[in-house]
Amino acid sequence: MEQLASYHRRRQALYGWMLVSPALILLTLFAFSPTIATLWASLHSRGTIRHPSAFSGWDNYANLIADPSFATVVGNNLLYAGVTIPASITIALAMALWANAKIPLRGFVRGAFFTPTMLPMIAAANIWLFFYTPGLGVIDAITGLFGLPPVNWLGQPQTALWAVIVVTVWKEAGFFMIFYLAALQTIPPDLREAAAVEGAGRITYTRRILLPLLMPTTAFIFINALINSVKLIDHLFILTKGGPNNASKLVLYWVWEMAFAYFDAPRAAAMTVMVLLVLGLIAVFQFRVLDRRIHYR
Amino acid sequence: MSKPPFIRLDGVSKSWGGNRGVECVDLAIDEGEFVVLLGPSGCGKSTTLRMIAGLETPDTGRVVIAGRDITAEPPAARGLSMVFQSYALFPHLTVADNITFGLSVRRVPRRERQDALAKAVSLTGLAGLEGRKPAALSGGQRQRVALARAIVAGHPICLMDEPLSNLDAKLRHAVRQDIRALQRELGMTVVYVTHDQTEAMGMADRIVLMNGGRVEQADTPDALYLHPDTAFAATFLGSPPMVLMPAASVPERLLPQGAPRALSGLDIGIRPEAISLAEPAPHRHRATVRDAEFLGAETLVYLTTGTGEAIARLPGRLTIRAGEPVGIDWAPGAATLFERATGKRLAPPAREYRHAEAGASHGGSAPPRPRDATGHPPHFQTEILP
Repeated sequence: MEQLASYHRRRQALYGWMLVSPALILLTLFAFSPTIATLWASLHSRGTIRHPSAFSGWDNYANLIADPSFATVVGNNLLYAGVTIPASITIALAMALWANAKIPLRGFVRGAFFTPTMLPMIAAANIWLFFYTPGLGVIDAITGLFGLPPVNWLGQPQTALWAVIVVTVWKEAGFFMIFYLAALQTIPPDLREAAAVEGAGRITYTRRILLPLLMPTTAFIFINALINSVKLIDHLFILTKGGPNNASKLVLYWVWEMAFAYFDAPRAAAMTVMVLLVLGLIAVFQFRVLDRRIHYR
Repeated sequence: MSKPPFIRLDGVSKSWGGNRGVECVDLAIDEGEFVVLLGPSGCGKSTTLRMIAGLETPDTGRVVIAGRDITAEPPAARGLSMVFQSYALFPHLTVADNITFGLSVRRVPRRERQDALAKAVSLTGLAGLEGRKPAALSGGQRQRVALARAIVAGHPICLMDEPLSNLDAKLRHAVRQDIRALQRELGMTVVYVTHDQTEAMGMADRIVLMNGGRVEQADTPDALYLHPDTAFAATFLGSPPMVLMPAASVPERLLPQGAPRALSGLDIGIRPEAISLAEPAPHRHRATVRDAEFLGAETLVYLTTGTGEAIARLPGRLTIRAGEPVGIDWAPGAATLFERATGKRLAPPAREYRHAEAGASHGGSAPPRPRDATGHPPHFQTEILP
């Protein structure tokens, strides 16, 4: 009897392992092992023929933080995130509210807003490269009409990062709008009518009913925008390559540079680990704090 | 009526290009009245209500509340509240916040808000649920939150758009009485939309029966039931509905007094409960039993006549076989004549006729009235069930 029960337990356990194994194998292969390999690499020195790679502790991290580029790049990325996230969310919400209203050519408006999302980032960057071209580009053509001198938006440190930010917002807002649009369509129209009968105007309705009901979507979009602010660097390759003088360099681009331009893998690994750490902390914050304050239906 | 009506609609129309809409509705509702807008779906009753609420703007006509033309005013300026079919509760707010939403929007001081909330909560029996979110409430509780939100501000008018249709049948009956009691206690003027005739009959001071965007008849429930102006009113109210058959097919004795000689183009309408069954005879209308349904307190007998179908509603339990030939009978005063083409009731009105009939003598030669008839064959006798 005892034997039979233990046999059944083992069978159940085996069955469980069989069920999780595909996911476990794939995640181990493509997520866990690279993460551990990165952490491992970040704790070792860069190997050369004369000096093979050796354990170096926190040296890579200390070197990174001491590098003046570190502060510039991290500062750039914070500004980049701090502007692109709220700007793209706000614009997405405004566009969704507009595209959800009863307006003529609603389908066309929605399509127009969504077009940037369908373009690959590289293509979008090429379009904007043309917009920004000093003297010839669309922007200078327009400002020229008002008699303003041409500006090299991508070529000067004061404007390069902002020019990159504009492209990102332009690219992301349409994508986020789709989520807001979907969420808006799940809100029953009689809530607006009930609010109207109770004396709430458009602004009160938006502030007290609509925005709280859109909070789950906002949280989702916020996380996506946050991830994108770290991971979306394709356009840097086309627009500025991080320059001039690191003015538009973002963390991931810097990591790429260290790894594949300067072939300093341990340094790149150390930077990657720090990025992972920060993103992990934000994820914990999201699950622990934000989720509790949001009304999910 | 010396006092002007509290709510008045003057020739109000609304259309959306298609056939759904409201055509030239005139309506006068007194203060404190419970008026039910009744009709089949698509008859314009909800649109009419929404125009009173201000959620829809009429194409033509005026809406007047308490002597003030409010046709162009927003809903909030009309001094009314509304209960929606879906209840339209704000899912992210607690019961208390839902109820006091309107008060806080209008910046009523906190103390007053708390008092109003306490009163509304106790009137609707929601005490103890103030902190819950709508998702954690049952259907009946949600309905009561919607009701509490409608009464909390003390508006004199409450509009209700099928508020009971999402409740189960048992609860619906109880809530019906609760709403009526609440309306009496607070002296509210209620305009209530429903497609359910039992709700309308049970709650209304006055029923406004609508069809195809027009008011078919507006009357007290009993007047509407006993003296329908049109064939539509006659067949919409009552379950089973009034039986209509060509007047020419009916023996002359069964026609109401004052019926014209030419009967073509006329229908005769009889309520199923006015019909009695007896042996077939020349002075009775011939029919065959198709089926019988025993419903406990009564039996519905489905009949096939020479011209169509008829239903008789008889008290108690009847043992009757399908295929049996019977004679159907009714008091001539119980029948109403309608013009088939227009659906309008034929003058003279049944109401006046009934008084005349009471005094009139039918003469000794007239066959016995079916209700007085004796010597029914045994299978027509009703059994009293234990």
